[in-house]
Amino acid sequence: MIKHETIEKNIGLMILLIILVISGGGLAEIVPLFFTEATTKPIQGLRTYTPLELEGRDIFIREGCNVCHSQQIRPFRAETERYGHYSTSDEGVWEHPFLWGSKRTGPDLARVGGRYSNDWHRAHLYNPRDVVPESKMPAYPWLFENKLSGEDTAAKMRVLAKLGVPYTEEDASKAREQVEGKTEIDAVISYLQALGKLHSQYTNKR
Amino acid sequence: MSAFWNIWVWSITLVVILGCTWLLLATRKGESHKEATEETLGHTFDGIEEYDNPLPGWWFQMFIATIIFGIAYLGLYGLANVKGFYGWSSAGQYEEEMAHAEEVYKPVFAKYAAMSVEDLQAQPDGLKIGQRMFANNCSLCHGATGAGAHGFPNLTDGDWLYGGAPATIKQTITNGRQGAMPAWGPVLGEEGVRDVTSYVLSLSGAEHDAEMAARGQQQFQALCTACHGADGKGLQALGAPNLTDNVWLYGSSFEQISHTIRTGRNGVMPAHKDLLSDDKITLITAYVYSLSNK
Repeated sequence: MIKHETIEKNIGLMILLIILVISGGGLAEIVPLFFTEATTKPIQGLRTYTPLELEGRDIFIREGCNVCHSQQIRPFRAETERYGHYSTSDEGVWEHPFLWGSKRTGPDLARVGGRYSNDWHRAHLYNPRDVVPESKMPAYPWLFENKLSGEDTAAKMRVLAKLGVPYTEEDASKAREQVEGKTEIDAVISYLQALGKLHSQYTNKR
Repeated sequence: MSAFWNIWVWSITLVVILGCTWLLLATRKGESHKEATEETLGHTFDGIEEYDNPLPGWWFQMFIATIIFGIAYLGLYGLANVKGFYGWSSAGQYEEEMAHAEEVYKPVFAKYAAMSVEDLQAQPDGLKIGQRMFANNCSLCHGATGAGAHGFPNLTDGDWLYGGAPATIKQTITNGRQGAMPAWGPVLGEEGVRDVTSYVLSLSGAEHDAEMAARGQQQFQALCTACHGADGKGLQALGAPNLTDNVWLYGSSFEQISHTIRTGRNGVMPAHKDLLSDDKITLITAYVYSLSNK
């Protein structure tokens, strides 16, 4: 019969068996998701980010907003009452990288679009305590000074197109003119206002 | 999920569970001692030797227990497209939770929805619900106490841009508001802006340059009265503020007022009709109304 000693004393065999055992979970839980409709087919009516929103998303990532703000509403009443319809995987098919998150220090932002005015976002990002005195979010005043050159926007869109986001060459060639000269705050706010507004399949009324 | 992937998931799951069971039993069988022993495995590292003991019984039984747990879990909760004994799904659990909440809370909201905002002022529990929803939905701009912030109206002072009647407040929450003060800088020029600022300051009795205010008055009469009225008392139908009451949304200094005139203001109150049900908006209206009608 097989002896524990055999495995213990053959490091190559042990590595092989460990890989075999731990890959079981990934093969059963993760691999099918690459091939099923629920995770590969975008929700009906989903639109792509505009070039300005796309730049805003990159600034959002650069500033680490996703470290404190998730973009994933879980299917619990306590969450949907506050944030709207729970998130589904077909909403995130074109997200590269996705920003779902599993930890919140600030509130979830998956459907923050349209909830606050642009003026509020400006005041809040310049100094959160001007509008929410008890907030501990950092201030981002440099977003108001930095201007976008737009020189990389088209390249970003071409890469996303390769990953399956339906940007056309025409979209990419017009990207720079839509972005150049805009401030970073304009880009971030246009991104925030698009969150949850890229399709209209769900009602967020509660 | 297609049949292929169902079979895939099931096969891997069963192979892993059965494989672990086989590995456990096979190594158990291969143990050279069935009881605790003084014999060692024969090797020594820095004088440390290893007893050739079998796996302790409680440890072995815990392995068996996890295997039984795994199989029972599959039976109760299902896997891939096969529903378990409980018929559980996360979406189903959510639907159940919502249906339960509907059953519990619907009568509560229905009771308050049947009342007028004025009558709700005598319903402390209803106002408390309104206050909680205000904290969740409105306090980010208007503050936890409703006292507002620079650019976001104070709801407690009895001064209203669009009107403070219950129906008007409800209309504001439901459909939102869009402020529309144009930028007068290009029309007035820098001197004109400063003159009109002086006149606006004079309307609320603030310190001002009388000569500039006199020039500004003429400009004001020509350009500003359509919204703010000939007397500067504003027009709630348009959300044009009263300039005589010394309540300032964007600040009362000369610089702040001239900035408003030069570049305009376009404050936005977001519409909540797609976010909150009518019942809930009524309770929030009642709470907002209570802030200035004690």
